[in-house]
Amino acid sequence: MDLKRPIAALAAEVRAGKLTASDLVAASLARIAATDSFHTVLELNPQAAHDAEIVDARVAAGEDLPLAGIPFIAKDNFLTFDTHTTAASNILKPFRAPYEGPAILRLKAAGAILVAKANLDAFAHGSSTENSDFGPTKNPVDPTKVPGGSSGGSAAAVALGQACFAVGTDTGGSIRLPASYCGVVGLKPTYGLIPRTGVVAMGSSTDVIGPLTNSVADSALVLDVLAGRDASDATSIERDTEAYVATSGDLTGTRIGLIKEYLGAGLDTKIKDQIEAMVSQLEARGAKVEEVSLPATELALAAYYILVPAEVSSNLARYDGVRFGHSSAGATDLEETYRLSREEGFGAEAKRRIIIGTYVLSSGYYDAYYKRAQKVRTKLVGEFSAAFDKYDLLLGPTAPTVAFDLGSKSQDPLAMYLNDVMTVAVNLVGVPAISIPLGTVDNLPVGLQLIAPQRAERNLLAAASAVETIIGDWSAR
Amino acid sequence: MNPELRSKYEVVIGIECHVQLATKSKLFCACDNDSRDAEPNTHVCPICFGMPGTLPVLNKRAVELALRMGLALNAEYPDNLHTKFDRKNYFYPDSPKGYQITQFDEPIVPGGFVEFPLDGELKRVGVTRAHLEGDAGKLTHPDNKDYSLVDLNRAETPLLEIVSEPDMRSSAEAKAYAKELFNLARYAAVSDANLYYGNMRFDVNVSVMEKGSKTFGTRSETKNLNSFQSIEKSIEYETRRQIVAIENGERIRQETRGWNEAKGETYSMRSKEDADEYRYFPEPDLPPLVITRAMVEVQRNELGLLPADLRAELTAAGLPVAEAQVLVADPDAAIFWHHVVSLDPEQARFAFTWLIGDRVKLADTTATTITASALDPAALVGAGQMLAGGKLSSSNAKALLADLWLASADPLVRATELGLLQQSDTGELGKIVDEVIAANPQAVADYKAGNARAFGALVGQSMKATQGKGNPPVINQLLKERLG
Repeated sequence: MDLKRPIAALAAEVRAGKLTASDLVAASLARIAATDSFHTVLELNPQAAHDAEIVDARVAAGEDLPLAGIPFIAKDNFLTFDTHTTAASNILKPFRAPYEGPAILRLKAAGAILVAKANLDAFAHGSSTENSDFGPTKNPVDPTKVPGGSSGGSAAAVALGQACFAVGTDTGGSIRLPASYCGVVGLKPTYGLIPRTGVVAMGSSTDVIGPLTNSVADSALVLDVLAGRDASDATSIERDTEAYVATSGDLTGTRIGLIKEYLGAGLDTKIKDQIEAMVSQLEARGAKVEEVSLPATELALAAYYILVPAEVSSNLARYDGVRFGHSSAGATDLEETYRLSREEGFGAEAKRRIIIGTYVLSSGYYDAYYKRAQKVRTKLVGEFSAAFDKYDLLLGPTAPTVAFDLGSKSQDPLAMYLNDVMTVAVNLVGVPAISIPLGTVDNLPVGLQLIAPQRAERNLLAAASAVETIIGDWSAR
Repeated sequence: MNPELRSKYEVVIGIECHVQLATKSKLFCACDNDSRDAEPNTHVCPICFGMPGTLPVLNKRAVELALRMGLALNAEYPDNLHTKFDRKNYFYPDSPKGYQITQFDEPIVPGGFVEFPLDGELKRVGVTRAHLEGDAGKLTHPDNKDYSLVDLNRAETPLLEIVSEPDMRSSAEAKAYAKELFNLARYAAVSDANLYYGNMRFDVNVSVMEKGSKTFGTRSETKNLNSFQSIEKSIEYETRRQIVAIENGERIRQETRGWNEAKGETYSMRSKEDADEYRYFPEPDLPPLVITRAMVEVQRNELGLLPADLRAELTAAGLPVAEAQVLVADPDAAIFWHHVVSLDPEQARFAFTWLIGDRVKLADTTATTITASALDPAALVGAGQMLAGGKLSSSNAKALLADLWLASADPLVRATELGLLQQSDTGELGKIVDEVIAANPQAVADYKAGNARAFGALVGQSMKATQGKGNPPVINQLLKERLG
């Protein structure tokens, strides 16, 4: 059974009794087993078959479930009852969640079934999924390449057809980058549109939850289930009253800004060519495309790697070996409990970010780093806001390159951070963005990124759907 | 300490007071805020336990109570006050998240002052700020064990930390300030203000300098004091310790100290020489909070009488300032007095005397507060008016009030039922007096011969004839008229 078929169609067949949730879950588990060499998954949900029976019973009882019987995979930084929740880190290896957040609960209520937990860079720190304490995930197109990260397990799983969709998190590009590298659709919604409760925090002011799917329509359908304020997250916002759908819209008159800074040095020229070809297609369909300069985006990566580590250093303080997670057996006093549990439990990247974050928040350095980075963030917000006065959407590549070789950058953190250069500004500004598979370069997937103003998901999805149609016509040619 | 040496120095005191706000739930979660007698770790949830993925949600009631206390502290609010929360990062097992959510530079109470009488003068202490924050958990260290125990019942209980200016110059001033905060917290009804349960805890900053100096000395901070006496004593101890050290040529170290109640001494806990490194930054999980004029006005309307209002009323009623303080320190009784006076200003003194005297004993013996008792202000006014009108003797007035404390009734009806009314009718009493004079010619003769005691005997006979219900001053008057 092909789990890459449109989710709406599969769910409709389940509701109509032509398919069962149990069939879909069995197919998902079989596909995961058949493709386990890619190491997308950290743990299977032992309750998946049971959950499928319950959904089948709900369908039989006449419940109208938008995601009836749809198997999904959650990045392992989502707290879930029936599996461990490790965030791919040794320090949370023994952790079992005492609660589930609104995202998981909403998916389950809609009839979706969690089949597995996906691999990630530990605590979502990384761009290649190589920082997982449990081993890297391989790119589904070429297993010698990285899948991108940090939601690499989730993106690869969707590309491999292991489940109908996955949910990931995007703090600086962690949904869009692996979507680009794996050739799937990755949606980063407006900050706050999906409540963060129940997800292991990385950078609290930029963390968002979002779907990884095989189509824009699937992303819209999953977003429609996930979106909306929840009292448990004070930073969450109200959803649109209308449904989030991906109706391919008419592009006539759509004003699109092509981000100049994303097309400069560092961008693979073959990717640039593909972007430019797409621009011509959009113009041919009536869109008005102009180059727009967002000068502060050049500072975004530097600001991001100050602000997010600052929040990371604080968010990771609770992993102290006292109440849950790994506690060093060798500790003989409080100080050693802290020191050894954290030394043993955190990987190199988490430690690096804790140290950077601690440094930039220290008295004497706060003004030079944290405060200045906040100013850059304010400037970015201003530039994006000005750009959205002129343009309905912004466009650019998702990443400067295609997926790189496993191991090629793991000893060079700065080179790794540069993968995020085209994604982090969106997180600092809080606007929605989507990565859509544009084509391939050197037989590896390339992603196109569309960015919209805050809460303009419906416009974003319509345009993304139009782009998807153009690409479909291309492939068909 | 040699008074001469002591008089060379001046002590400078500032106080930080943590007030536990009387909300139903904790500051950032729905857990019960009252865990006074609960088993350890039974009032906890994933949020106050610091579980992964949990987010704080600000308790609206805590904000309201903080604003109300701010008004009691004479804070002035602009039309829109921008406040926010910050993270104070530090590792300790009583801090489950590894940081405390507090307010660093935009507190909910932007400053104010506290005024209270001391030694016949009105003393004013400036309030720098007051901010909302979540409390830590509680650690216990069992004897002879190689572990400590963490109880997170108290974690994330809402605290308002009130920071004073270094405006106090004696332990007596500091104690009076602390007592006034205690009064204010209860009048504003923002806290249970139970010192035994640590609802109010004080950190006292003390430094000494040579008299006349303009530069403050290095201060020590004695933490976690929970009685007025320990505030006073620890300041006196610190003052002596610092003066002796300076006289011995030692440098005072900036440090945090603890208070050993049994020894009556402070002791060093940790040096603050290296500035605290708390890595404050804005709390990304809570949006900034704008306090509007409307939010403040709602609390201003909620705010009842304050100690200053009562002091003014007590002074206007001509009551002695020092004793008035006793009533002010008892908000329920003071507010009761206020209601009595608004019904009948003539009863101010009687009510005051009864409230600070017999009422206290009555509350004690019946284990009932005045609010929980059956007595209402109108009944106290009734009893006072009967006393003033001669219908009740003062001892019977007390007896009547003791009865009305237990069961509500009309004072006159109840006094009649209990046979407490005294006879003041001059016609009735005149007849009795005439009879007594007629029946006791010897006593009359003795009195007229100058024997004052004989008059007492005649009064006694008259009282006996009224079965004790005659009004003694009236009987005296009638006898005197008749005997010339």
